[in-house]
Amino acid sequence: MVRTGTGTRHTARMSVLLACWLLGNPTAWGDVPSPDVLRQVQSKVVKIYGAGGIRGLEPYQTGLLISAEGHILTVWSTVLDTVEITVVLDDGSRHSATLQDTDVSLEMALLKIDASDVPYFDLVEVAEVETGTWVLAFSNLFGVAAGDEPVSVQHGCVSARIDLDARRGVFSTPYRGPVYVVDAIVNNPGAAGGALTDYQGRLVGLLGKELRDARTSLWLNYAIPLTTLQPTLQAMLEGSARPDNPFDQLRPAEPWDLPQTGILLVPDVLDKTPPFVDAVAPESPGRTAGLLPDDLIVYVGEELVTSCQAVRESLAMLDARQPLRMTVMRGDELRQYEIPPQAENRTRE
Amino acid sequence: MKILLSLLVTCCTTATVSMAADVLSPVKEAEAERVAVATRASQSVLAVFGPRGEGGGSGVVISPDGYALSNFHVTQACGNAMKCGMADGELYDAVIVGIDPTGDVALLKLLGRDDFPHAPLGDSDQVSVGDWAYVMGNPFLLASDFTPTVTYGIISGTHRYQYPAGTILEYTDCLQTDAAINPGNSGGPLFDSQGRVIGINGRGSFEKRGRVNVGIGYAISINQIKNFLGTLRGGRIADHATLGARVAHDYQGRVVVSDILTHVDAYRRGLRYDDEIVSLAGRTIGSVNEFKNLLGIFPKGWRIPLTYRRDRREQTIHVRLLGLHRAGELEEMVTPQQRQQPDRPSEPPETPEQPQSPEQPEATEVSPVMRGMPEIVREHFASAPGFVNFYFNQVERDRVFSLLRESGAPLMSPGAWEVRGQADERGAFRLLLSDQFAEIELATGMARIDLQGDLMTQLDPPRSGGLLACLGLWRLLHTLPPENWGTLEYAGTAPLPFRSGLWDVLIASRGGAEIRSFVGTEAGTATIDALEFSPELHVDPCEVYLRDYDLIDGLWFPREMEIRVGDEVYDVLRIESVQVLQP
Repeated sequence: MVRTGTGTRHTARMSVLLACWLLGNPTAWGDVPSPDVLRQVQSKVVKIYGAGGIRGLEPYQTGLLISAEGHILTVWSTVLDTVEITVVLDDGSRHSATLQDTDVSLEMALLKIDASDVPYFDLVEVAEVETGTWVLAFSNLFGVAAGDEPVSVQHGCVSARIDLDARRGVFSTPYRGPVYVVDAIVNNPGAAGGALTDYQGRLVGLLGKELRDARTSLWLNYAIPLTTLQPTLQAMLEGSARPDNPFDQLRPAEPWDLPQTGILLVPDVLDKTPPFVDAVAPESPGRTAGLLPDDLIVYVGEELVTSCQAVRESLAMLDARQPLRMTVMRGDELRQYEIPPQAENRTRE
Repeated sequence: MKILLSLLVTCCTTATVSMAADVLSPVKEAEAERVAVATRASQSVLAVFGPRGEGGGSGVVISPDGYALSNFHVTQACGNAMKCGMADGELYDAVIVGIDPTGDVALLKLLGRDDFPHAPLGDSDQVSVGDWAYVMGNPFLLASDFTPTVTYGIISGTHRYQYPAGTILEYTDCLQTDAAINPGNSGGPLFDSQGRVIGINGRGSFEKRGRVNVGIGYAISINQIKNFLGTLRGGRIADHATLGARVAHDYQGRVVVSDILTHVDAYRRGLRYDDEIVSLAGRTIGSVNEFKNLLGIFPKGWRIPLTYRRDRREQTIHVRLLGLHRAGELEEMVTPQQRQQPDRPSEPPETPEQPQSPEQPEATEVSPVMRGMPEIVREHFASAPGFVNFYFNQVERDRVFSLLRESGAPLMSPGAWEVRGQADERGAFRLLLSDQFAEIELATGMARIDLQGDLMTQLDPPRSGGLLACLGLWRLLHTLPPENWGTLEYAGTAPLPFRSGLWDVLIASRGGAEIRSFVGTEAGTATIDALEFSPELHVDPCEVYLRDYDLIDGLWFPREMEIRVGDEVYDVLRIESVQVLQP
């Protein structure tokens, strides 16, 4: 009797869980997001045109209206690197926009157009979602929509919420925070600055630039959670002091850099110049440790490095009060060297 | 207390279990429905190959007798004879029927059965963003047993315009989906959630990631294809249309005529530089893109209504659309490239090696284009200039003709017709039509023309645009067998002003002039509902609308004939009696 009771209770708990989960995800099984929701979101998404059009750089991207007066949140990119930024609203009206503010570490920009009473995303109603939530992506990918044509809608599911800095040097972006990884291909040319929403149309994230994993050549499909951008965005809107860069705390107060080691790399002329050692200063810590010209740096600490840029970035994340381990390829042999801590010697430089 | 608690627990349990079951059962039902739709729809999906199993793309069967849609860029790589694999694992012979190179559509016909599994056509104008959709086909030529691959997604955009991608292929008014479309999917169907064909998948936005799906694929809308289906069934190379005028936004953002050719229909009927375009074919025009989008869904030669505004006054005209390409231009473009293979993925197809069929002994009269065709394909193929497959033009022409014959048998006798009645403007009339001449007596005078002579210049009565020639040829359509005409071809389907629907169109030429007959079929009987007589290309034709078919003196005949020239009514003839005279 008691056993049955426990069993029943267990079943009950399972059922409640199941019911909650199903009720929480009614859309997971093929329900269509309502057309009203889609239209509402589309009306708050804008097409942005600016610089580019050469060497595979698209001159367009997407943005989100976040105030009735025409504030627009988008991704900081080369498209905005011009005095003539044009914004086309969902109703087809064209506006010239001014760049009000940027945050390079969050890769975010705030634009403003002269407008009143435009539809906008209320930043109070921003949602955080769990892995497994069905989401929609709204963007003008490939510049498909022009004039008053509504932006494209894609659907997908949040596969994970992870930190992008898990592997430095893998993705070429200064952003080092959490991202929603999505199972749909949402980061296409022109999609940056678009909206990731839940099926109720609540803003969840800002679609980021196209990012490719340097090791696997796979493209990442992701959006930056709006909750991460919100404090800075709020400060930008109010013109108040920015909150500290949340990722700065990850950096050591006294990081390693190349001059400390005495290592000079080959001139960084390519996108990904292989990190060959050009010279090592005599009697420098690097030389003392055993590094030689023509060594190819493979690891800085635990980090695989594939370019001169990656070497610099990796060094900046390592504390100079700790010994620095470097693995190099000399000929066809891998060798590991350790440079003793240099922090206390800094004053000398 | 304990008892109470356990009771409570039990109650809650029952409640939650039934709640879970309630939530679960619609979920299960939705899943079961999805499986059922996918299973049913996939039966009609094709894997399209060249005659020896090379090339590769997809397609979909749309009628039990085997008519199937695919992309032009798929069939172009395969040639005139194809092999099509279906979900049942069978490989069927297929023949090309018609192509639309600009719209990237091809119509083919599977041979050997009259009960092919086929998919119904949907209405792509009813599709909205967010609707679920299935893509089916043979991406990367994966399926060696021809079972189609199914991908599922939402409609991301409707009425999209895609500029020609370095080729003549222009996608207008197309559907955009995030269901995966990959190389090999080309030509396959986009189904709505009910398994109705709403588009033919043909293009994706591919860029730096290589030629694979990036969540953005385009399908040619099925409503556009429906407009072209008649032309395609007629074995033709279909052409898209232009108005003969360019439009642009003016400083107020209105869509206005920025350039117009003076010899075109639109100009003749009154459209001028700087007129504002209000609507085209019943759809209001808000932007240049919308105009281009809409114009792109119509075949050359259609007459569609256009409303323009000048000095705050609106005017509606019916404009015959011009071809986008010069006569013969498309034919030149498509002929020499029959064997290209643009849609093939980089890997070799994983289809089992087709055993090379032993060379058939060729009959000496077989033309080079038919050499190597399987017997069954050869029986369904005929080449003629201007046609992809002339065989099907004859099939359609004969179909329409036999319908007309069945409906109007007594009119087929060789005797002359004598028609009497009242004209709205010109009083009592007597019309006499024979093999040799056409004659009309009106209160205002009499006119007569020689039907054996040059019809380009005999345009009597004056200002009618050639009414007598038009009606004379109309009678000859009943009495003269198809073989006795200069040319008598099936032109496809077209709409008529002021009416909804599509009519089968026959084009016949005689005495240098051309007549188009619009044949409507209702409840198994066929009637000629309109005629257009064109003495030459850039002149307003004489349009005759034949209405209220009825038994008049035992003959199936229209009660009313409205004659229009250049959007003006010339007169309306009301028929009181008809007689077929003894020859």
